[in-house]
Amino acid sequence: CVGINLRYRFHVSLLCKLVSCFGDRAGQFFSSGHTNNWAVLVCTSRFWFNYRHVANTLSVYRSVKRLGIPDSHIVLMLADDMACNHRNPKPATVFSHKNMELNVYGDDVEVDYRGYEVTVENFLRILTGRLPPSTPRSKRLLSDDRSNILIYLTGHGGNGFLKFQDSEEISNVELADAFEQMWQKRRYNELLFIIDTCQGASMYERFYSPNLMALASSQVGEDSLSHQPDLAIGVHLMDRYTFYLLEFLEDIHPASKTNMNDLFKVCPKSQCVSTPGHRTDLFLRDPGSVLITDFFGSVRKVELTMETINLTDPIDAESGELQKEMHTYADQLPVSEIIHQKPKQKDWHPPDGFILGLWTLILLVFFQTYGVKHLKHIF
Amino acid sequence: MATTEVERRRGQLAALSIAAVVIIVGVPLWWRTTETYRAWLPVSQIKELAKLQLHLSADVEVVFARGTVTPEQQKKVPLTQTQNMEHRVDEDTALSYRYETRYRTATIMEEDALNQPTAAEADLSLHTLSESPSGSLVVYVIPESSSLLPQNVDVYIGQRRTALLRIGSQMRVGKTLEQLLAHMEPRIKQVLHVMSFSHTDITAALSNRVRISPGNKESIADSMRAFKSSPGYEITFSLLNPDPKSHRLHWDIEGAVETYIQPLLTKLSPVANFSIDSQTLYYAMLGVNPRFDSSRSTYTLNADSLAHVINPVEARLGSNAASSNPVLNFLLYIPDAHHSPLYIHDHKKQQVPTNAFHSPRWGGIMIIRQCWVYNVNEFYEVDTVFPVDINIDMAKVMGVFLAQLRLLLGVQSSTPPPGFLVAPCGNAGLADWELDRLMWSRSVENIATATTTITSLAQLLDQIGNIVINDNIAQQVSSAVTSLQLAVSELEAGNLGFALQYSKEAILSSERAFFDPSLLHLLYFPDDQKFAIYIPLFLPMCVPILLSLLKIVSEARQKHREKKPKKD
Repeated sequence: CVGINLRYRFHVSLLCKLVSCFGDRAGQFFSSGHTNNWAVLVCTSRFWFNYRHVANTLSVYRSVKRLGIPDSHIVLMLADDMACNHRNPKPATVFSHKNMELNVYGDDVEVDYRGYEVTVENFLRILTGRLPPSTPRSKRLLSDDRSNILIYLTGHGGNGFLKFQDSEEISNVELADAFEQMWQKRRYNELLFIIDTCQGASMYERFYSPNLMALASSQVGEDSLSHQPDLAIGVHLMDRYTFYLLEFLEDIHPASKTNMNDLFKVCPKSQCVSTPGHRTDLFLRDPGSVLITDFFGSVRKVELTMETINLTDPIDAESGELQKEMHTYADQLPVSEIIHQKPKQKDWHPPDGFILGLWTLILLVFFQTYGVKHLKHIF
Repeated sequence: MATTEVERRRGQLAALSIAAVVIIVGVPLWWRTTETYRAWLPVSQIKELAKLQLHLSADVEVVFARGTVTPEQQKKVPLTQTQNMEHRVDEDTALSYRYETRYRTATIMEEDALNQPTAAEADLSLHTLSESPSGSLVVYVIPESSSLLPQNVDVYIGQRRTALLRIGSQMRVGKTLEQLLAHMEPRIKQVLHVMSFSHTDITAALSNRVRISPGNKESIADSMRAFKSSPGYEITFSLLNPDPKSHRLHWDIEGAVETYIQPLLTKLSPVANFSIDSQTLYYAMLGVNPRFDSSRSTYTLNADSLAHVINPVEARLGSNAASSNPVLNFLLYIPDAHHSPLYIHDHKKQQVPTNAFHSPRWGGIMIIRQCWVYNVNEFYEVDTVFPVDINIDMAKVMGVFLAQLRLLLGVQSSTPPPGFLVAPCGNAGLADWELDRLMWSRSVENIATATTTITSLAQLLDQIGNIVINDNIAQQVSSAVTSLQLAVSELEAGNLGFALQYSKEAILSSERAFFDPSLLHLLYFPDDQKFAIYIPLFLPMCVPILLSLLKIVSEARQKHREKKPKKD
């Protein structure tokens, strides 16, 4: 619908070709094909001694939020039993630095799956999108074919599996199949997979879908070690790999141009004791051209709106008013009925099995001890 | 001795019968009780659909007005021609386009309609005469002497499905009809490319199915901007007031939506459902500090800093928790008193006339211009009483939002070829032929997506033998396959409305089948785990049976060997 703006646009496009502003604008589009960012952050352990895994996940959550991804695009799965744990000397806090420097729990943590909802089944359901229809929007991964997704897993793992809350495990084959199903439905444009567990590199060995990049904190056969204990809290606060990863991320701001090759250098063997690994053979772009903010932040692409539509009809005021209806809140509970309820007459029930069994036991013991001749006194 | 013989025979019989029971009864029973229920899927039909052959056909009517054909050419008209074009996109996808062109002369009423003073009025009166069905086009050929079109314009594209084409005078002198038609053909092809489907649009719609190397940077930007086809969309209008102490804002959003936005959405109702809501946010800042431009005494926002405006605001926007439809956000920002007036500058430091920008697949943000607001001066007087009442001119605001909405929904207008004049779209905000184009690309996109979904679902279920396939999933798959076949045949017949409807049904069924919560494969058993489970169950039972069978066989062989020397 160009109409009267045709000539203006013609001039603008002519000027733009001279100054090659088209190149700049399309160049921004061309560098990475994504329009939105999502993050799935999972901590797979519970119990007090796994404090560091929760602190890991919450620190990554904070960085990702700071760099621009909103809560509606973050799916956070935590056991969430640290902040209000009985053993926490500072309740409602989760610290990530020694001497209680940085409280990562804060005021605005939005945990989507907490407690016993953190299961392998829920994790796979989020990834593949096969959630029951009653699941609210905040618990879904509503990504499309132009979404870049960051997946961060931490916990206890082994060669080819990752333990979920001490009761079940997810294998690397299941994870690879889940990513393939995501690819079949085009649920991601590019995916960055970071895992901080023992023998983490085994989890990305089986990937076979395109556009996946993976980082792990340790190779097969190595253990991923924790960073520092805090004597006041009494547990280790963070893992080494995530600690140095966070130091690296603190220098990133939404407009920075750092690329993935710098991320691969985070935490060398001298600092981490284990050897971090990465896998980029399935990724189409060169890692040197991938910005950190492509995954950790949410830099929007914008276009200036050049067109407008000439609207001449006046607003019809009367029809609007006629359709106004008064809305009232429906009562959630029938409060008046509840308050004035009379106590219900309880029907008589014969004594249930437990009482019968108890009396039978008592009688048996009595007759055992004192003999059957006392029976006639009862009946 | 006889008893041991009897015992031995009894033992042999027992071993044999146990082995018989195990093999004949036990093994089938174990097989049946451990198999998963898998309902029947129409796998052969799905394989057929995997090889997608799309035929698109459009009806074109070319009407010759008086003065464009000579009498001897007129004798050969009416005439029908069919053109076919085949394209192979990749080994699984093929497209074929068919244009059925009918040539005829104009009726007297149409001649009267073409005698109107301007092209717009001619278009309107032609529309009152007859309404073309969706997917078809009418091209009226007018002589060079006609004054309907300005000097340098050869083609006028109307608001409905008609176009006016002016031919040069030298074409009709002494030439046959075939030569005339051949001369007009490039122009008509251009008209078809603009008003009906074009190869670039259709291949862009197939991007889910086919990995197409991007043509140029512009097409990448176009493909990234519009939302993917979805059965419903949610539109949210938000008014951001960072300074409620100074400004009290009044916007008649209900009336504006009813008058300006609703006609477009009603026209788009075959394509998708829309739900609209609106909200006002107080103390919502932009997140970027504007700079003061002393030459113009205004505050300015640079185009480079616009990318960082959206994120701080998005956290506060909220959305409808009940649906998973994509959300389009349209924000109207009223700058606070200290940063008023606020204008957006593009890369060349020029003011953007609309003062608005949009983000692909997200929505648009607009900063109010001073001239679109009543009751406010450029600069506040010293003794102004705060808060100041501000009434917003919704017509101007909605004009920009409507343009952004069209871009985000995929109603894009690429620059038409030279010599073309495109009429401004009507009050609905969408021309009929633009709706047709959208319906073509949506139908193709839906069909491509549904076939990919069904094919990958069938492949997945085939690969993983442990997944249970319930009856409802099989039913959804069957109905998806049926709808897809119907959609493809309706496209071939040229019934655009039905094709879109069937393709939408196909998408719904296939998505419901693919994303059914029961299709979760959590039963990955590596082979060594399977052995570890079955060996403790079967080995203690099978070992005695096997040993006794072996003993029976070795005894029988020994007997046979003993018999042999006797025979000798």
